[in-house]
Formats: sequence, structure tokens, C-alpha cells
Amino acid sequence: MENTEETAKKYTVVVFTEDKVGLLNRITIVFTRRHLNIDSLTTSESEVKGIFRYTIVTKCTPSLIKKVVDQIEKLTEVLRAFSYEEEDVIAQEVALYKVSSDIFKHDRAVVESIIKNANARVLDRGQGYVVIEKTGFKSETTKLFEDLKQFGILQFARSGRVAVTKPMKELEAYLKELNEAAEKSNQIRKWKLSN
Amino acid sequence: MEKVLGSEAVLLSLIEEGQDTIFGYPGGAVIPLYDRLYLKQDKIHHILARHEQAAVHEAQAYAQITGKPGVCIVTSGPGATNAITGIVNANMDSVPLVVITGQVGSGFLGTDAFQETDVFGLSMPIAKWSAQITRAEDIADTMAKAFYIAVSGRPGVVVLEITKDALTSETYFSYKKAPVLRSYAPYPEINQEEIAHAAEMINASERPLVLIGHGVLIARAEKAVAEFVEKAGIPFGMTLMGLTSLPSNHPLCIGMLGMHGSYASNMLTNKADLIIAIGMRFSDRVTGKLNGYAKNAKVIHIEIDKSEIDKNVQTDLSVHADLKTALSFLTPMVEKKNHKQWRAEFDKYYQMEYQQVIQKDLHSDNPLIQPGEPVDIISQKTQGNAIVVTDVGQNQMVAARYYGFKLPGTFLTSGGLGTMGFGLPAAVGAAIAQRKLPVILFTGDGGFQMNEQELGTIIQEKIPVKIVILNNSVLGMVRQWQNMFNNKRYSQTDLINPDFVTLASAYGIKAQKVEYRHQLNEAIDEMLNFNGPYLLDIVVDKDMKVMPFIAPGSAVDEMKLS
Ligand SMILES: Cc1ncc(C[n+]2csc(CCOP(=O)(O)OP(=O)(O)O)c2C)c(N)n1
Repeated sequence: MENTEETAKKYTVVVFTEDKVGLLNRITIVFTRRHLNIDSLTTSESEVKGIFRYTIVTKCTPSLIKKVVDQIEKLTEVLRAFSYEEEDVIAQEVALYKVSSDIFKHDRAVVESIIKNANARVLDRGQGYVVIEKTGFKSETTKLFEDLKQFGILQFARSGRVAVTKPMKELEAYLKELNEAAEKSNQIRKWKLSN
Repeated sequence: MEKVLGSEAVLLSLIEEGQDTIFGYPGGAVIPLYDRLYLKQDKIHHILARHEQAAVHEAQAYAQITGKPGVCIVTSGPGATNAITGIVNANMDSVPLVVITGQVGSGFLGTDAFQETDVFGLSMPIAKWSAQITRAEDIADTMAKAFYIAVSGRPGVVVLEITKDALTSETYFSYKKAPVLRSYAPYPEINQEEIAHAAEMINASERPLVLIGHGVLIARAEKAVAEFVEKAGIPFGMTLMGLTSLPSNHPLCIGMLGMHGSYASNMLTNKADLIIAIGMRFSDRVTGKLNGYAKNAKVIHIEIDKSEIDKNVQTDLSVHADLKTALSFLTPMVEKKNHKQWRAEFDKYYQMEYQQVIQKDLHSDNPLIQPGEPVDIISQKTQGNAIVVTDVGQNQMVAARYYGFKLPGTFLTSGGLGTMGFGLPAAVGAAIAQRKLPVILFTGDGGFQMNEQELGTIIQEKIPVKIVILNNSVLGMVRQWQNMFNNKRYSQTDLINPDFVTLASAYGIKAQKVEYRHQLNEAIDEMLNFNGPYLLDIVVDKDMKVMPFIAPGSAVDEMKLS
């Protein structure tokens, strides 16, 4: 039974997959079918060559996240999928702010102290613009956005969450388990064929 | 080693997989494949359907009867989109198929070329696995993977989209069946603790109930389940798709589960103290309102697809396993019992159902033939020695309720998707798969007309399908709901039909119309004894309602007898 009393929480879903065309689509379809919004999604090659890591942030109830993870893990070519609550992830996002270089002429002291206090840095200076970079929690990159807003922001871009998790074995250990499971499965398959 | 064309690689792969019968429909993108097929007619028999949807249903029925994956070839664009309904239907009912669709040349991909449809993209939410092949050298490996994934674990449909240039370029061919994939372990290892725990719960239970689903047939675990329920003395119900797992007249059988199942199985679901679900997925058609389901029971779920566990019904113990393997460990650990008192309760409910429903359905004093009557007569005449196929609607439910099944796998119907138009092609596929048992289709006049073009396939293949149209000149099941829930506003459910006997005769198929009860027996004899295809158009009561019934939104124990 779906517990309607449950409240939605923020979850970070981490998915490891083989390197295959179309997987991103198949993974996001699992969310769409359950009418879940994806707050952010990043993907990159993992520490093991040829294996990709997806980090997906969503809000939903505890019982639903389990079903979603099971349905993702069921996809062929998905190796493992996990979900984590906020306290179990160490996550950061990168934000880039493009502002007019004029603001350094008029309000230099204020702007520089905002950048300094935010632990941000100037990444690039070009013809008429300056790009500021800040890595941090979403609340921090949002705060810097609010602080810079008064001077006018020409462009703002923020990455999805990149996260590592506190409770997780090494990927190699999971791969070993998967290889063993596939071998055992094959033995059962052969037993079934001969019975 | 010599090089072969991509097209030949496809056919050689099929031969490696022991596929000698395939279904399909040609078109531009697959002409190269059909060209090579022409040269391999001695090894591969191709059934030319009259519509791609029908071709896929035919392949599905073939797969269900033979136990091998069904194979279907369709062209790109409209061929592939026509096949979609068949693909979804088979995948929802866990039937293994490999559907090969053509695609424009790889250089045209993404350009809206003539007959280009993104079938790979379309297939993602509806298939177990899919792949796009753009190079001839990838064909053999991908085909081997496709057959392995389709048939193993919880079976399903694999869609392979092959570009035209992959079919027409050359490659070396070598084939390795059932490749082991680290991302896919379809048969989980048995956890002995779970089995022991299950046995403990079963031995402690006073009112246990077993639910049998399609998984039992898929896992070929019929015997294992029989040994289990017989030793533990546990009454069992079967889902629509699980029917035939054990004979309908088994002393422990309490009938079909769910919306139009037996009164006893539904009413007593909430009195059971333990439910042991074997190879089923607690579909909403089985559970009714979820928070009124299995109210007093602990639930054990034995299931091979982990994502089905705790999906709809929260379990107290789950056994993620191949059913046959799990039962081979579980049965020796359960105590021998007979639960006599508990079983007697089912009889009481059966008596009520008999008085108020079955009697009226099968021995009616209404002058109009009731749809259950031909099913009952055919059941008695064939004694379970037939493959029974249905379409969707009232015809499906009366066939499921009143045919007495004896042999595993002899009932084909569309469960998860409920696809009208499934019946006739499925009957064709079943008749092509085997000639030992007669194939008898029960269909509505509405659903029959959704794929009636397959009469053409029947005459081309000379197959002796027996077609029984339960003809009420309405979309019966929808009309029943309109009668019950929409104050008899029969919106768009009346049909003006052709004369089906004339239609059949246009195909050279023998046919007869039956309007009165006294003609039934003889007409059915003639159909069954006729050597060849036969169509029986039986005029039945359009006001018959399939009962008992759990109204949508009601709980299992709120089932109505009238
Ligand atoms: C392709 C498709 N379209 C619509 C439906 C909805 N539907 C379910 S039963 C039914 C009526 C079927 O009428 P008929 O084939 O005459 O069979 P009967 O119920 O009268 O036996 C309809 C329209 C469906 N299941 N499938």
C-alpha cells in the first residue's frame, strides 16, 4: 500500500551504467512515468573506464524512491542504482556569473568584497565582461546570485549536482558482485534448461 | 572464413537460435532481408500476415505455445508503428519476442527521410530491451544478446532496428549464444533464510491462500506448484494470465482471481491470514481497491522480477527467485496439511455463485443464447484438449470463467494491455505453432472486426482455426459498464455488422450462423468435426452481464453477484 501520509524528501539517485546509446533516455523515462520532476542531472565517466555515473536529484516519498530505483536497476545495461538522503551525500554545484565590467569601475570595493566573502573567484575577464565562478552548495550559489543581482547579471549558469556518497563500496567491489551474480544466474539458467 | 551480407547474418542468427518459423510483412527498408530470405525458404518458413499488428500477435501466440521466442520482421516507418500495439501487448504479458524492424540508411537517420520513424526511441518505454544496429558486423552479437534477454528471467520483447546499409554491407559471421552480461543476472541466487522463513510462516498459517500468476507457466513450474499446494493443502486461485497452470477442476482450485473472477476467491482474500503470491504482479484488476486488499493477511511474494516486489502490495516476506528453484527448496520444508475447515468456506461461496450466476449463465430460461453456453458446450465436448484463445471483453471473461482447462499453456488471452483484435491473430499463431490440439477462438463481433483481415492468413497457410463469434451486435463489455454506471446511456456501443457467414465465404472459409439454442449442439459438432477452418456466428443476448463483478474502486470483498 502507498502510504499517503509520507512526505516527499530530496533524494540523490546514483546510477552506474555501461557505455550505451539511449540509456539516459531509458533512465529518465522511469521518472517521467511516475510523474517525478528531475531537479538536476549530471553524467560523467566514473573511476572505472567505460562505466558511466549518473547523479540525479529528485523529490519524492521514501516508498516511491525505492520503486524508482528498482525499476532503473531492472534496465539491462544499468549496473547498479542507489538512492541517498541529504545527510549521506557530499554534493557541490558550480555556478558561473557573467557581469558587465562596468560594475568594477563603479562599485569595485563592494563587488570585490561580495566575491571574497562568497569564496568565489574571477574566472575570466573579456571585452566588457567579467566571469565569476563559485563552487558550493545550492544555497551558496543562490546567495551570490542574489548579492550580484543589484548590479545586473548578464548570464547565469549552474551545473547539476555532482556528489559522492558516504556509505558506498568501491565500484570495483560491486562489479565483482555483478560478475558473480551473472555467473550464478547462468548456472541456474543451465539447470533450468536441463530440467 | 567468407563474408556474408548483413541480411544473411540476420537469417543465420535466426537459424543458430533454432528459429524455423517467423512472422512479418515486407517493405522498402527490409527488401534486402526478404531477398535473402527467398533463398533460405527451406530453412525458415515466413508467415505473411495481413497487418503488422497481427503479425506481432501471431508471433506472440507462437512463442507462448512453443516456449521459444517469437520472431517478427516489419519494415521501417508505418510497418514499425503498426507493430507497436503488438509489442506492448506481448511485453506487458511477459512473452519473449524479437521484433526486427527496418530503418532507413544510417546516413539518413534524423533527417525525416521517407518512412523514417525513431523506432529505437519509441521502443524505450515499451520493450524489455532495444538496440539500433547500423553496422553489419554488429548483427550477430546483437541478435544473440536479443534472444538471450527476450527469453530469460522475466521474458519480454526486444526490438532491433537495423538500418538498410547494415543489411546490405558485408561482414564475417560468427555466433555465440546467450552471452553472459554483467549488467543482467536474470536468475537470482536463492536465499535459504528467506525460504526457511517462508516455510515457517506457511506452517504457522491457519488460513493460507496461494495466488498463481503467469510466472508459473513461464517458469514451467506447474508441477512444482502442484506439489507445493498439494502437500501444504492450500487452496489456490489463478490470475487471468495464470489460468491453466493447474487444471480448473483441481480439488484445491478456487477459481480465477480479480474483477470477474470467482466469488469465493475474492471474498475470502480478506479472510486469509497468509497470502502466498507466486509469479504474479498484483495488478489492479486482481487487487481492486488497494487499501481494502488482503486486510488480515501477511503476504509472501515469490517473484523473479525484483521491481515487482513491494510495487503494489507491501510484502511481509519476499523471495526474489526463479519459481521452480524456489519451490524445489520450499516444498520439502512445509508441513503436510489439509486445511479442511478453511477450504469448506470456499464451497459456501461457490454455492452462492452457482445459484445466482452460473446457473443463469449456463442453464438459462432466457430464450436468447447466453454467451457462456457455447463455451460450456465446447468445454464439455473437447474435455480440455484444445487451445482456447479469446479476444477482449465479455467473450474473454466468459471463456476464462467457463472453459474447463486441463493442460498448461492452452489458454491465450490479452491480459495486461487488454487489446481488442488480439484474438484472431493469436489463434492463427497458435495453429501455426502446433497441429495436435484444435485451436478455438472466442471473440466478440467488435474485436473480431479489428483484425478480421487475418482470415487471409488463415487461407494462405491453410490452418484449421475454429472461430466462434459471440455476436451480440454491441461492444458488450463497455455496454455493460454503461448499463451499470452510466444509467444505460449506451453511447456508441451499437454495431451494424456485416453478415459474417458471407464474409467468411468470401475467403472460402466454411461458416454457419446460429440464432437459436436448439441449433447450438449440432452446429458446434459440425465445427469441431470439420477438417479445416470454420466460423461459427452465434447470436447471443446483448443484455447479459458478466458477473460476479468488483466495481472499479471497490474492495475484493465488495464483489457483487448481481
Ligand atoms: C483496441 C481496444 N479498443 C478499445 C477497447 C475498450 N473495450 C474493452 S471491451 C470492449 C468491447 C468489446 O466488444 P466486443 O468485441 O463486441 O466483445 P464483447 O464484450 O461484446 O464480448 C471495448 C470497446 C479495448 N480493450 N481495446
